[in-house]
Amino acid sequence: MSADVTKVDQAGDPVAGRAEGEATATPSGPPVGGAAPRRDGGLAGFLSGPAGRNAGLVLALLLLVVVGIITAGDRFASPENALTILRLGSVIGVVSVGMTFVISGGGIDLSVGAIVALSSVWATTVATQTMAANYHWIVLVFAALVVGAVCGLVNGVLIAYGRMAPFIATLAMLAAARGLAEIIAKRRTQIIRERGFIDFFGGSVLGIPVLVIMFAIVAVVGWVLLNRTTFGRRTLAIGGNPEAARLAGIRVQRQTMYLYILLGVACGIAAVMIMARTTTGTSTHGTLYELDAIAAVVIGGTLLSGGRGTIVGTVLGVLIFTTLTNVFTLNNLDTSTQAVAKGAIIVAAVLLQQRVSRTRSG
Amino acid sequence: MTNVVKRFPGVVALGGVDLDVQAGEVHCLLGQNGAGKSTLIKVLAGVHEPNEGTIEWAGDAVTLHHPQAAMDLGVATMYQELDLVEGLTVAENIFLGHEPTRFGFSQRASARREAARLLARLGHPEISPAAEVGTLSAASCQIVSMARALSRDARLIIMDEPSAVLDAGEVDQLFRVIREVTDQGIAVVYISHRLEEIREIGDRVTVLKDGKTVATGLDAKSTPTQDLIRLMTGRSIEYVFPAKPEVVADAEPVLRVEGLSRAGEFTSVSFDVRPGEVVGLAGLVGSGRSEVVETIFGARKATSGTVTVDGTVVRGGSVAAAVAAGIGLCPEERKSQALVLGASLASNITLATLPRFSRGGLLDGSAEVEAAEELVESLDVRPRGVHRESRTLSGGNQQKVVLARWLLRGCKVLLLDEPTRGVDVGARSEIYALIRRLTDEGVAVVVVSSEIPEVLGLSNRVLVLADRSVRHEGPADELDEHAVLDIILKGDAA
Repeated sequence: MSADVTKVDQAGDPVAGRAEGEATATPSGPPVGGAAPRRDGGLAGFLSGPAGRNAGLVLALLLLVVVGIITAGDRFASPENALTILRLGSVIGVVSVGMTFVISGGGIDLSVGAIVALSSVWATTVATQTMAANYHWIVLVFAALVVGAVCGLVNGVLIAYGRMAPFIATLAMLAAARGLAEIIAKRRTQIIRERGFIDFFGGSVLGIPVLVIMFAIVAVVGWVLLNRTTFGRRTLAIGGNPEAARLAGIRVQRQTMYLYILLGVACGIAAVMIMARTTTGTSTHGTLYELDAIAAVVIGGTLLSGGRGTIVGTVLGVLIFTTLTNVFTLNNLDTSTQAVAKGAIIVAAVLLQQRVSRTRSG
Repeated sequence: MTNVVKRFPGVVALGGVDLDVQAGEVHCLLGQNGAGKSTLIKVLAGVHEPNEGTIEWAGDAVTLHHPQAAMDLGVATMYQELDLVEGLTVAENIFLGHEPTRFGFSQRASARREAARLLARLGHPEISPAAEVGTLSAASCQIVSMARALSRDARLIIMDEPSAVLDAGEVDQLFRVIREVTDQGIAVVYISHRLEEIREIGDRVTVLKDGKTVATGLDAKSTPTQDLIRLMTGRSIEYVFPAKPEVVADAEPVLRVEGLSRAGEFTSVSFDVRPGEVVGLAGLVGSGRSEVVETIFGARKATSGTVTVDGTVVRGGSVAAAVAAGIGLCPEERKSQALVLGASLASNITLATLPRFSRGGLLDGSAEVEAAEELVESLDVRPRGVHRESRTLSGGNQQKVVLARWLLRGCKVLLLDEPTRGVDVGARSEIYALIRRLTDEGVAVVVVSSEIPEVLGLSNRVLVLADRSVRHEGPADELDEHAVLDIILKGDAA
């Protein structure tokens, strides 16, 4: 309680005394390059930094690995199983990287699973496959990406220019895209006949599945885009304070639209990957992806309110959930138990984040 | 009702504050931003518990763990941001949290009757208890807030800058209501920056500075202004302005605003600003000052009129176009409009200049940090670290960060809306010096401020806005505070 009172200041402005105190602690000489004092040290200080947050996630992941080794032994601790985990996580991983952008930018997208389904169905219709047979299997990939991008564009336009709440606009897309997928596929599973497509995406390079390589590429590109480009900086700015971003000359609406298109394309990529893994396109692909992706992003440390995003955290979040699923499967535990454990992890992660951000604001 | 005594020495935000309020008096709290006024009233309202010190209510020591405890005692608080729920009706707001009920069902009819009675008692029977609060004017909202306080049988009403959102006529009404409630033996703690209001409504004054009481129980009517200012600032002059920039009289204007209008906000505003010149916009809250600069900046779309920079017309309604033309804006609300509070100083400074740090599509982080550090040092932002989150800075330093953003970009025209709001005295003069530095470099500056001495002290020329149009334009040297107020008041009468 005492801490509360001392920290309260006029209209939120740090009181003069405190600012001066810190100024004297930092001698007013020329500032020391990048080594300028960041914030108070100690464990809380470390844990609140980006590296510390990720260290916490790595710790959680290691804990799961230990549990896996104890309960499933060699069946868990084998290179094949490691690749299985990565392969399982790669599809939702690609979606989650895209979702990290939308959430950092202050939005949310509930329609990702439906977009994956629609993309997979559209890319595997008789018409598309006939065209692919006459031309090249790359047509399937194009079809999936274009469908994803168009869905993202519709979301983006409705939210940025139609001023709809992201939750509502993408909820509508969730219903509509899944429904359209069912209409097109007539609720049947469409088998992919293009061997070239399945051989390429289902194969491996140097023993690493292509799907895993795709996830890695998407993650790296996503990291660079978010942390090292003007696009990423603008995303964080509009997520952190859209009005300030607007008054700094950033085109907030356009940037918002781009974010949803980007996520739509990520869904298209994910559709290609799931098509390769299952050799089918169906309207049931990607069911509940929206929840898995949002969960991975949030436990990774991206702020649900926007303004802070971390691709590394998202990737770790995806790996935690996938490893959890794997450990449970190896121990023959049912999916219901998994779901309960997932829920518990989400709550624990968010509570931890709140504690950290409280120590941080002090 | 006996004397109300409250004492809280020994908190850091409040480092020893004594205050006693008597029944039926208007006790004014004076102090600069950051002096501890808001913290003090939050302690009184039970939002924060003091670490030390005691609060006595009618002679008995009390502890206020919770806002509800304070309300039960009879302390009602009208916060600066009105705490009304816009989607609910007037009656629902007044009885929020203590609705009249019977068998667990709320009694809407009796709530409305009672609300109407309270509003009538406050002299505002025209406010309908069934109206939605979102549809009311700021002044009516104040009345509803006050009715809510009375509905709780408040014995002490705390008002945090109630006049900030009101115009002159509405302030008069507010004062009439305050006199009525004090006549009924209710005590009022009144916070305001406006000395003239304190003279008019106050009985006694307590002055806070740096979280401490520097004077208490002063007579509100007779204590000389000079004394009050000296107590608040620790020195007797309030403003120190740098010498005004010299302007070449026949220079071509950089910024030309012609016939700018926006329906319902302001009509036909025209003025020029030459290189190195400061033009001030004076006017009361609601006179359209901020709306004018935001329209020039493209953040609002003009209904008619043009903005020209260096002879080229700027496309209206687009911030990006205004920025491209060389206009920069330091907006009125620093926290909500200017800064990404969770982001570092460096990324806030470079926010309007990102493409400049882009090399082959990638951001050059070290060049960014270098540029930010240079500015942080040259503007003396404290503390220095450019990786620090913007929210951790004081108001004055935050303002410097916003200025640094536009300095980095190199604007031809800089629009400053309330550049020293929430800024302490020391940082104020630094910001004044900075504005002077900009004009030396030939930047055309437009300053908006509610503080008339500030507008007069900084500007070469002043436009006085009242009733949403320009009432006067002339050299700042020919005006003083009284003359400006005179123009504003005559404008209202017209």
